[in-house]
Amino acid sequence: MTDPAPTEPGLGMQLLQVDDLHVQIASRRGTVRAVDGVSLAVGAGEAVGLVGESGSGKSMTLRAIMGLLPPEAKITAGRVLLDGIDLTQLDHGQLNKIRGPKIAMIFQEPMSALNPVMRVGLQIAEGPLVHLGLSRAAAAQRALELMRRVGIPDPEQRFRAFPHEFSGGMRQRVMIAIALSCEPQLILCDEPTTALDVTIQDQILRLLTRLCRESGTSLIFVTHDLPVVAQVCQRLAVMYAGQIVERGTVEEVLTQPYHPYTLGLVRSAPDVDHPRATLAAIPGSPPSLITPPSGCRFHPRCKFAEEDCTTEEPPLRVLRSGRATACLHYERCQEALPLGAER
Amino acid sequence: MSAPTQSAPVGQPSAPDGAPLLAATGLKVTFPLAAGLITRMRHEARVLRAVDGVDMTIGRGQALALVGESGSGKSTLARALAGLQRSDEGEIRLEGRVLPARRSSADQRTIQMVFQDPYSSLNPRLTVGGMLHELLRVHHVVPRAEVESHTRELLGLVGLSEDAVHAYPRQFSGGQRQRVAIARALALRPELLLADEPVSALDVSVQATILNLIQDLRAELGLTLLLISHNLAVVRHMCDTVAVMYLGRIIEVAPTEKLFAAPRHPYTAGLIAAIPRLTFSEEGDAPAVRGDPPSPLRIPTGCRFRTRCPVAQEICEREDPALTVSPGDPAHSAACHFAFAPVPPPRTPADEKATA
Repeated sequence: MTDPAPTEPGLGMQLLQVDDLHVQIASRRGTVRAVDGVSLAVGAGEAVGLVGESGSGKSMTLRAIMGLLPPEAKITAGRVLLDGIDLTQLDHGQLNKIRGPKIAMIFQEPMSALNPVMRVGLQIAEGPLVHLGLSRAAAAQRALELMRRVGIPDPEQRFRAFPHEFSGGMRQRVMIAIALSCEPQLILCDEPTTALDVTIQDQILRLLTRLCRESGTSLIFVTHDLPVVAQVCQRLAVMYAGQIVERGTVEEVLTQPYHPYTLGLVRSAPDVDHPRATLAAIPGSPPSLITPPSGCRFHPRCKFAEEDCTTEEPPLRVLRSGRATACLHYERCQEALPLGAER
Repeated sequence: MSAPTQSAPVGQPSAPDGAPLLAATGLKVTFPLAAGLITRMRHEARVLRAVDGVDMTIGRGQALALVGESGSGKSTLARALAGLQRSDEGEIRLEGRVLPARRSSADQRTIQMVFQDPYSSLNPRLTVGGMLHELLRVHHVVPRAEVESHTRELLGLVGLSEDAVHAYPRQFSGGQRQRVAIARALALRPELLLADEPVSALDVSVQATILNLIQDLRAELGLTLLLISHNLAVVRHMCDTVAVMYLGRIIEVAPTEKLFAAPRHPYTAGLIAAIPRLTFSEEGDAPAVRGDPPSPLRIPTGCRFRTRCPVAQEICEREDPALTVSPGDPAHSAACHFAFAPVPPPRTPADEKATA
């Protein structure tokens, strides 16, 4: 197999490999380059975080992998390889055979992802019924067992309940049960806890990490919340304006960012354990994806920007195993004060 | 930068010594729910107790945070304090003076709100200048001749350029809209700024600029701040005192550092432990707080937290703990039978009637 430029070395078998993915959205004001050359690899049993602000293309990347792009969005280039099969080449029927037993997805808003007029138990049993060929009774039995595993109290009674009878946290547990129901190799999570309260978020994150660890399921976890990634993931990719700007292990990226945008994200959020006098805000706002800035897309907001940043589009350079940055002057991030030193 | 709102307080003569800027006692806000035929026949009209007996004070110059999960009543409490929501019981005092249900316009001006969503809280058909001019004229904040110049001063104060006068809200990004919303609130020269989740609709990188702006304005104008947030990191950064709400009640109040270092209520401790952190500790699978918050329609008897509490005892089922002042620290109070006593209790918790 050919090994295109910025994939991760040293990780042996990759379960999922996204190569140079481009997604464009046609709009009245022009073509939005929502995802612009994203490459990503996920190993078996690994949890990878995809972090960025709204409009950075993280959700679009996830939807492109799942084949769930909105009708106005198109994959214009790139491959999505799952176990060697290119998902972008599959038709609707073939994708339906992959979704469920191979890949599952957990959405931010469970109320709009669940069927409001179908009993919760049957929604969980549907996957095993269709994909695993279980009988109705066996599928129902499996649904009950899954409800127990995700911590829904009184599964026998709750089996016949409708989604609106559940709380937000319980609905997200139902979503997790559905995602796990066909034992997929990979679960895609799109901000699964953003709509939840802190204590419920804590419960759901712990549940999700435990279940994936037990079953060896890989995760891609999309969020704008860095601490949430630190709880769930081993590796992390930071997205800005449709591109990945930095990649590495969670610990490395968060303690020693190699991109000024990551540095800004880490420093601009108040840290609950280490309050600081002032927050280092990132000036400006994210750029338009119809006419992105020339050169490095972050340069208009970057305090380290120099002449070459405005003209040269920096590639994602691999520095060492698994660690990559798209900043031409990443050394300057390290000259900046280490995390928490201005306390 | 000039500070147009630094002049004397609005309206009323200054308060008698020692009276806090704003105080609420026994405040209750309920919402009747549409009842079915059977419940009406049984005379059991269903009532949602959003704010269920709150006592609180905000001193002049203080930055008080109100934290809690969704449904804890923090926004309803804020709206009641701002006079946007009638209360069913209890009273609200401004500088020691009881506020009537219908407030005078001077009283309304003293407390101003900044709302969560800057996309829906600004009039889309008014330019920023039009919005501010109207406010300044209707409330006679400055003489008519100075309305124009004062508007520009306000925009400068929140870090917007003068061109913003002619722009409509849709032309701004979320962060800039929130600046407009803050300028709108400051136009009336309030003493208390009530900010209800002012940054949770904004992108992470923009949040910091708005938080820094609020802090600068507080220092510059001597504003009193009541900040409502579910984000404890924001709260710790911004406020000197924190009040934690649970199911319509304040269950713990303490100076910020004290609250984070030594929370006395099990819910507060759980809330703090549940915050995701940037550290990489390998904790167990047990969540910080178990279960879901009960519906405000079915508040548990006794202590309202007992259904999720790790240390709940038999007494918690029978007796509703009052918000009790710590014997060691008058600024710290908590509504737990065992907040300032060992768990399990030596038969009868002695500190229970301290505030009775």
